[in-house]
Amino acid sequence: MSIYKIEIENLNAWFGSKQVLKNINIKIKDRVVTAIIGPSGCGKTTLLRCINRMHELVPGARISGKVFFNGVNIYNNGVDPVQIRRKIGMVFQKPNPFPMLSIYDNVAIGPKLNGINDKRTLDSIVKRSLILVGLWDEVKDELNKPGTSLSGGQQQRLCIARALAIEPEVLLMDEPTSALDPISASKIETLIRKLAEDYTVIIVTHNIQQAARVSDYIAFLYLGELVEYGATKDIFEKPKKKLTEEYITGKFS
Amino acid sequence: MKMTTQKIRKIKDIVMHFMIYLTLLIAILPPFSVMFEVIKRGFMAIDLDFFIKTTPTVGEAKGGIANAIQGTLITIGLASLIGVPIGVISGIFLSEYGENKFSTIIRFFNEVLNGVPSIIIGIFSYTLISPITGFSLISASFALAIIMIPIVTRTTEEALKLIPTMIREAAIALGIPRWKTILHIVLKGAKKSIITGILLAIARISGESAPILVTMGYWRWWFHGLNRPVANLALNIFLFANSPFENWVILAWGSALILILMILGINIITRMLMRGSF
Amino acid sequence: MKNLKEKIPSSIFYYLKSRISSLFKLSLNGDYIFKIFSGLIASSTILILGLIIYELILGSTLSMETFGLRFIVGVEWDPAIKRSFGALPLILGTLTTSAIALLISLPISLGVALALSEYMPKKLSYFFSFLVELLAAVPSVVYGIWGVYVLIPFLRDHVYSTLQITLGFIPLFSGPIYGGGVLTGGILLAIMIIPIISSVLRDLFSLVPSSIKEAIISLGATKWETVKMMMSYTRSGILGATMLGLGRAIGETMAITMVIGNKFKVFPSSLFDSWYTMSAIIANEFLEATYDLYISALINVGLILLLINLTIVILARLIIWRSLRIVRGIMRE
Repeated sequence: MSIYKIEIENLNAWFGSKQVLKNINIKIKDRVVTAIIGPSGCGKTTLLRCINRMHELVPGARISGKVFFNGVNIYNNGVDPVQIRRKIGMVFQKPNPFPMLSIYDNVAIGPKLNGINDKRTLDSIVKRSLILVGLWDEVKDELNKPGTSLSGGQQQRLCIARALAIEPEVLLMDEPTSALDPISASKIETLIRKLAEDYTVIIVTHNIQQAARVSDYIAFLYLGELVEYGATKDIFEKPKKKLTEEYITGKFS
Repeated sequence: MKMTTQKIRKIKDIVMHFMIYLTLLIAILPPFSVMFEVIKRGFMAIDLDFFIKTTPTVGEAKGGIANAIQGTLITIGLASLIGVPIGVISGIFLSEYGENKFSTIIRFFNEVLNGVPSIIIGIFSYTLISPITGFSLISASFALAIIMIPIVTRTTEEALKLIPTMIREAAIALGIPRWKTILHIVLKGAKKSIITGILLAIARISGESAPILVTMGYWRWWFHGLNRPVANLALNIFLFANSPFENWVILAWGSALILILMILGINIITRMLMRGSF
Repeated sequence: MKNLKEKIPSSIFYYLKSRISSLFKLSLNGDYIFKIFSGLIASSTILILGLIIYELILGSTLSMETFGLRFIVGVEWDPAIKRSFGALPLILGTLTTSAIALLISLPISLGVALALSEYMPKKLSYFFSFLVELLAAVPSVVYGIWGVYVLIPFLRDHVYSTLQITLGFIPLFSGPIYGGGVLTGGILLAIMIIPIISSVLRDLFSLVPSSIKEAIISLGATKWETVKMMMSYTRSGILGATMLGLGRAIGETMAITMVIGNKFKVFPSSLFDSWYTMSAIIANEFLEATYDLYISALINVGLILLLINLTIVILARLIIWRSLRIVRGIMRE
């Protein structure tokens, strides 16, 4: 069994005729936070969405290459993308709780889809997930209120709780704090560090300082290519490529 | 346990996928049958007599629908004379001056009027107009005009809304007063779409028979004056369909064919033109 | 001299204009006149609606004076001898056939709308959407004549007999079959309103934000589970669309009168039996109504039909308007 949770091998991605990822090779370790950084348009979000097979949902999108999850290529012919997404969860840039569901139901919907119908089991799953993201005390008396009645930061934590409720192994986060205020953002950053104890977290961020605070490993993408990948400490103190150094020091963004 | 749940979910997904396509089939088959039968049975009615003769009397050998075509065209024409100007001007108002509560209310009631059953509109026209003219072409056209108004209003407003604000602003910046901007510049730009909307409304009223029934009734001859009834294609279909005379029934199918060709023809051409301009 | 001659009339014009303006405290310019004029024309809709209600009430007065509210629950329709009229069976007939139509058309319309917006590849979807919109333009009488010569024989020979064999123990499905009747009327109505409801639903589904769809997909939902979520999101819009279809079905006249049998009776003996609706009786008997009370009774039926229709359509529009605002994110539920 490899120590690498996800191994990306020669991954290329297109939107129609436009190639957005070129020959990406990365090995992601289990139970660490890996940050994908780079200037806008460099393909970071696309890379993330290739990991849970959501890239292909866009008409005209396609990939070539392999993505190994627990040693199995998720793009193999027989693999059902729906199954993949149960193991690899995602949190989006703009919090998107279901407006027509209550806070409780937002978290419970994942497990319900998975066939868990017993109220007590669902109650404990919801409570556990909300405690994990630090929301429980804030919402425990208002579980029936609509998911959208919370503040932005709370909604994002709710979305994280929703993703965690089905017990994925990997959590993908696409710029999870960019739509939030600084205080909510830092709460989520703390949460991300905590989550890495039990999950493999891959986070896309355009905020270099956030990457420095939160991640153990960094992948730097530029114009669809992987420029450098390594331990966060190494990337910041001894970047191997000049481009990396220029980006880190803010010479371009 | 977990494996079975996932399998069930997958099976449900596949079954529903199939069911949904099935509903599409179920929805499309009957109208296709309608189209097919109208063409098949209506075709048998088509010959020269069909277009030349008037509708037959009891016992008469064949007959045609010439007077019905004449009557329908006159009725539609008169209805348009009333309905189009009112609809277009209303549409202009809603589009150009329409960002307020009053306009919202008008739009709302336009849609309500659109939903009133056409037979009720026929009764309305009857109670309003027939004390003066009795069963007449005027009464029928008035009813059809009322049916047209909400349609033309809506399509005109949509057509005008397509004209970019920039054009209006450019004209006003040149010192052209607003009402002139609307009439001479914006209206001209939206001419094609507005005409399309009018054609669609005409297609709609040409198929109406309920209001014709209660405002005019049946008429066997040619146009005889505005205050008399006139023959009508759609109404004849209704009246002839259940007739014991076979030639009448054939005429009914033939009329249906003509009506369908005209209505679908207008719809297809206008919708294709409208989509083409995007 | 010439200039002065030209100037005098225009100066009089402007003088008059300013006097009238100050008199009425308005500025009489072209824009204002145009706005008022077109506004008046635009408000004709409301005027017409009010007039329709007024005229129908006026026309019903004789009947209302003679029968009062008993008209609504009256079960007798005897124009020839007793001159007694009652509308209850007509109201029931209208509501029953419309209910049957909704029962059939709602699931099918949902399926069609989902197929068009979620399941079909885009190019096919454009073509079929176009087709569905076209089908909504087929006139009522054409559906009617097809109903008489194609649908009725088909149902009589291939469907109803089987239905009676399997479900004949239920009173609804027993009794003589001639092909037309209540069930046929409901089926024909359903066929007619499916394109309308489907179009509205399809537009509604296309407005669901992709963030909602992505959220449920990322949880590992199947396509069907995603679609269920979308229907939950748009549920008030679905209600509104259904009510629009109901409004249309209730007012439908020609097609239904050609297949329902047009027999005035309190209850039909089965779904295969003939019956009558409010719109059908008006269509059939209006020209034969030779005396005032008869005409007034028919107009009275029309008034009831109008009031039911207005209630449904207004409610439907309000619901749809509200649901569009929710879907667009302007309003919270």
